[in-house]
Formats: sequence, C-alpha cells, structure tokens
Amino acid sequence: MKILAVCGMGIGTSVLLKSNAERAAQDLGLDADVEVADIGTARGAAATADVVLTSGELAAELGDIGVPVVVIDNFIDGDEVREKLGAAVG
Amino acid sequence: MGEPSLSRLLPVEAIVTGIQVPDWRGAIRAAGELLVATGVSTEPYVRQMQDAVEEYGPYIVIAPGLALAHARPSPDVLRTGLSWAGLATPVAFGHAQNDPVHLVIGLAAVDHDGHSSALSRLARMLADPTRLEALTSAPDARRIHAIITEYETSQE
Repeated sequence: MKILAVCGMGIGTSVLLKSNAERAAQDLGLDADVEVADIGTARGAAATADVVLTSGELAAELGDIGVPVVVIDNFIDGDEVREKLGAAVG
Repeated sequence: MGEPSLSRLLPVEAIVTGIQVPDWRGAIRAAGELLVATGVSTEPYVRQMQDAVEEYGPYIVIAPGLALAHARPSPDVLRTGLSWAGLATPVAFGHAQNDPVHLVIGLAAVDHDGHSSALSRLARMLADPTRLEALTSAPDARRIHAIITEYETSQE
C-alpha cells in the first residue's frame, strides 16, 4: 500500500510524519511505501495513495480527495500515528 | 549516510533559553535570528518562516508546546541547519491542541530530504517526556547541547 504524508512545504512535518509512518507500518505489519508531498502536489500524489496523513489545517485545505485522510495532531508521538493509521486501514 | 549529525546541525551558538517574546511572530523571529547569526540563512528567510504560518496555519506547532518553524528551501538558505529558542513565557500560535508554545525549533534546509534522519532523531529525542523535561529545564545552551550530544552518541 502507499501512504502519503502531506505538509505545507515538504521539509519539516512531512519528514517527521514519514519517519513515524514507516515505523507505524512496520509495527502494524503493513507492506507500505511512505511518500512525501507538499500541499501543492498532494492532490495529484494522492490519486495513487491508499491513505493520506496530514495536519488538521491542511486536511481542510485538501478537502475530499477520494482516499481516507488521517489528521495527526502530534507529529513527534509515534503512538498517535500508529493508532490512527491502524484504525484507518484496519 | 553522510548526513550531518544533529549536534552539528544544531551547534551551541544556535541555542538560546529564557528569551522573552511578545507573540508568535516574535517567537519565530527569535529562532530565525539564530539561523541568521550562525550563517544558516539570510534575513529574508525569517519573514518566509512567519509567512508560512500565515499561509498554512499553525500546523508547525508539531506537539504540545513545540513549534518547528521553517519555510521552503530557497536561495535565502545558505546551508541546512537548526536553531533552538526556549521562551521565558509561552505564546499562543492559534493551534487547537498544542498551544501555548514554549520552545521554537528553527529549521532551514537546502533540499527536501538531506536532513531527514537528523530531524527524525530530533523528534524521537523530544518524544521522550523525561528527556524533554531535562532539555526545557536546562539552565543554558551548553547543557542543552550536551544532552543532545549524549542522546545522539547513545543512538549510534
């Protein structure tokens, strides 16, 4: 499966999300590739993704993109990403 | 590998504690001025970091009390680096869950992924509540840098 981590600029929070999502996928036993996109390219990149991880503000900006969008509040807490990702794909 | 270490991306000169700022703009400015002072970016990058919050909202507040101030890679970024501005009094960024902010980490990057393992390491370090408490209650920059260096050495 493909997980897409979306942030505003593609260098900060999405990098943290990618790192957390890779560990979460491993913990959940998912065979997943995690890719990063900024908000400008996210819609196109989401077309081939199974799930999108992002912040609350950016989720609102993305709107309905046809795949589940998981909102993360704490980007350094690996547990939150694991729980929410598990719920979204489980 | 070849990626610079966290303790090198965040030198002791890029760390201040107990700084007094009026609001979130001032908090970002404090972290940005450290990037300028250490030769990581030029002055316009500070404004770009503030503008990013105007444009995308306060999502750079990545955890309770912690903001990761940054903007896109641009010609104003001279090299990849980090800064650390510990605030004397927390300020609100307008984030629903993670306000108020008492620590601003400044980030400037020359590309999208050259700093990813250092940044991930920083996040894992800050995710440990005991270590975060030790860092935020540390009396000065030297102690903070020492804690970071100790952590990084323990991970190798």
